[in-house]
Amino acid sequence: MPAGSTYTPIATTTLGSAATSYTFSSISGSYTDLVLVFAGTMSAPDDLGIRFNSDTGSNYSTTILGGNGTTAFSTRVSTQTQGYLDWAGLTTAQGNAIVQIQNYANTTTYKTYLSRFNQAARGTDACVGLWRSTAAITSVTIKAVGANNIAAGSTFTLYGIASA
Amino acid sequence: MPNTFELIASSTVTAGGAASIDFTSIPSTYTDLVVKFSIRTNRTGSVEDAIRIQFNGSGGTAYTSRMVYGSGTGAGSTNYTSTAYTVSFSTSSADTTANTFGNGEMYIPNYAGSTNKSTSSDLVSENNATAATAGLNAGLWSNTAAINRVTLTPNSGTLFNQYSTAYLYGVKNA
Repeated sequence: MPAGSTYTPIATTTLGSAATSYTFSSISGSYTDLVLVFAGTMSAPDDLGIRFNSDTGSNYSTTILGGNGTTAFSTRVSTQTQGYLDWAGLTTAQGNAIVQIQNYANTTTYKTYLSRFNQAARGTDACVGLWRSTAAITSVTIKAVGANNIAAGSTFTLYGIASA
Repeated sequence: MPNTFELIASSTVTAGGAASIDFTSIPSTYTDLVVKFSIRTNRTGSVEDAIRIQFNGSGGTAYTSRMVYGSGTGAGSTNYTSTAYTVSFSTSSADTTANTFGNGEMYIPNYAGSTNKSTSSDLVSENNATAATAGLNAGLWSNTAAINRVTLTPNSGTLFNQYSTAYLYGVKNA
């Protein structure tokens, strides 16, 4: 009997017009982990943030390791209203982010994510984030932290990874 | 159900080493590309080397690289702009522990799209000693063409050693 697919595309979109955020909703709990891939730009420099289940409370923490091509740095923020996928801003040049969310559907533990952000024009960051909720993740929002837009033509894809 | 994460091509370096690893004729039927490698170069005088990556055989000044790295004693960041290739730190060299290869992965989202191509790569030079290097790299190829070729070459050495491997995967979003 052939094995079932372990790595499955759940949803994908390309922004037809600039937007401050994009949400993957109604995410099935049938996978083990999620992988989100973003490729695109901002209409004006801003950070990329992440929210789960539309939670706008101060329930997020992020620790960041990054480099801007001159200086390596590390910083940490807590009790934020979103997690961070980068630090020091995505600009109008092409960049990408790859976000891994492990054990997203469990209802026992807080949820963590790992993010790798890359924009050769500005720098590269590795982030680990915490969402202080035991709820299963059913939606993921990628958003501009400030008031700027994610540019038209940017792509978002969500994959599910099954452990069995 | 069709495969989402599919092997496109593989390369294993044979005796005598290889000046490059070259994946050609990459179809545009996937969404993203992933290159996974285990590499050792013949560079001497350092416990690490870097890998140059070029797309579609295109050089010129169309590449930018920006990275952060840790060496076991400290962290740093550097960049390369207007180069003929993107550079990713780091991998093992002739001065690292014998029979030991660095490993890494490069992710290229939307490789066949009509925008400039950004990359994400993480590498490490394995070394059973006090010095080794791990690097996180951001790359950009300022070209809107679909990627149909990926070429890896050593940054400082002249050869990839025998038993070095590289695997090219395609990821489909539907």
